[in-house]
Amino acid sequence: MDKHVLLIEDEVNIIEALRFLLSREGWTVDTHSDGASAVEKIRNIRPNLVILDYMLPGKNGLDILTELREDPSFLTLPILMLTARGQMRDREQAEKAGVSRFMTKPFSNTEVITAVRDLVQLAK
Amino acid sequence: MSREALTGSRIRERRIILGCKQADLARQIGISASYLNLIEHNRRKIGGKLLLDIAARLKVDASTLTERAEIALIASLREAAHGTGVSSEELDRVEEFVARFPSWANLLAVSNQKIFGLEQMIATLNDRITHDPQLAASVHEVLSTAASIRSTASILVEDKKLEPHWRDKFHANIDSDSRRLAASSKALVGFLDVDSGEAAISSSPQEEVEAFLAANDYCFPEIEAGRIKPADEIINASNLTSISARQIAESFLEKIVADSAQVKMSHLLAQLEVLGPDLVQLASKFQVSLPCIMRRLASVPRLGMGLVTADRSGALLFRKSIPGFTIPRYGAACPLWPLFQVMGQAGHIISKRIQISRHTDTVFQCFAAAELIGSSVVNSAPLTEATMLIVPVASGQIDPTILTEEMGSSCRICSRRNCMGRREPSILGEEF
Repeated sequence: MDKHVLLIEDEVNIIEALRFLLSREGWTVDTHSDGASAVEKIRNIRPNLVILDYMLPGKNGLDILTELREDPSFLTLPILMLTARGQMRDREQAEKAGVSRFMTKPFSNTEVITAVRDLVQLAK
Repeated sequence: MSREALTGSRIRERRIILGCKQADLARQIGISASYLNLIEHNRRKIGGKLLLDIAARLKVDASTLTERAEIALIASLREAAHGTGVSSEELDRVEEFVARFPSWANLLAVSNQKIFGLEQMIATLNDRITHDPQLAASVHEVLSTAASIRSTASILVEDKKLEPHWRDKFHANIDSDSRRLAASSKALVGFLDVDSGEAAISSSPQEEVEAFLAANDYCFPEIEAGRIKPADEIINASNLTSISARQIAESFLEKIVADSAQVKMSHLLAQLEVLGPDLVQLASKFQVSLPCIMRRLASVPRLGMGLVTADRSGALLFRKSIPGFTIPRYGAACPLWPLFQVMGQAGHIISKRIQISRHTDTVFQCFAAAELIGSSVVNSAPLTEATMLIVPVASGQIDPTILTEEMGSSCRICSRRNCMGRREPSILGEEF
């Protein structure tokens, strides 16, 4: 499996930290900060994994997730959602929409890397 | 039973209110008591001259006895009954209920209106907490910044062979994020705990009074000069809606009258020039209690001093917050405050230099004193009231040799570590 991840996040410093971590793990990291055009970006670059923030300008992460899962070609795409919205209702909504893993901010680097590795294993 | 048929019930109710016996009224209008009894029980129609005679005797307009005064009340009761399972048979008798038990009917309608109002307030508060965009955005900002700091700090700590350019970059990121976090968390706490103008909901009489006082900048020169009486000021205060709030406000204004009689503002300002803000000397000069001087100083807008008073139970009776020193609206205040240290020690004064949060540079000099309330009663401990004056210390006048103690506003928004006085965990986290 290729190691190509798209990080959809609008916090510049989080992007830098995660880009550093994932690159060190051998991933090619693309980033995108606009919710409205996120689905189009995914369709264009076809990543192996998506790390998705919830609160994004233009369109929120839940809507992006829902739209992706409606497309049969993205039914099995591993999607890790990183969010500051940690209420049970938010988690349930994301799981109902088909999220692969739901993680709340602030997260630990180890947790994120472990989750990415697990999702890759499951996708194989 | 039609509404027109209820005229008899209204006649009966009015007669009873006037304390007039049925037989007496019947005699006065020239009919038998038994016939009046039938009218009053809505078994005989009434109109014309007889109705006018009865109305005259009962000292009301005839239309009052016949008009559909209960229409609004009946509508309210129908609204209250809607969707509650009241049978249609009983609903059809609502007019009879109103006629027979007007006070109970009115009580039910008023109670229903109050419940509706409370439900709306709960819905508003619930909506504010769960969906308020400003609150959601503030929390998101704090958590996102914390996530960035945590992730970046972990890289710096765990990666011992990090290249210098990455190390410098991540150090700069942590620096910018920590500044953002300080600003966003301050904004969040401010949003949660400080009166926010029109967004604030006055849910208690005391809050109404505080809004009223704040609107007047805690200063009432016309009352002090005797040109306006407290009662008249209260009547004209549109933001005092409840009876309790009006009573509390009037009591507060009466205290201003009493204080200003002892310490005239012009004299106080003159003595301030001579003695400076020395509370003990000022109290001695005017021969008044220390809390009286504190109240007078806090009512001078240009001095920018805050004030808080508490009774022996610790309940805050009066709150005048100033920038940087927020006195909690809900829940109890910090037990470390000098305010609580002087409780029960009337005449004793404590002065402490306080920093409300170690994350800010703002320092306050706080003076606290207690006074006895009311006169002595044998075998009964005297009631005391403590007052604390909060004086901001200008940054250029902070003497580093004077001990500054770190205290909080309330536990909920205080990050002080290992505090013996902590009652509940902070929403900020102890290491925040």
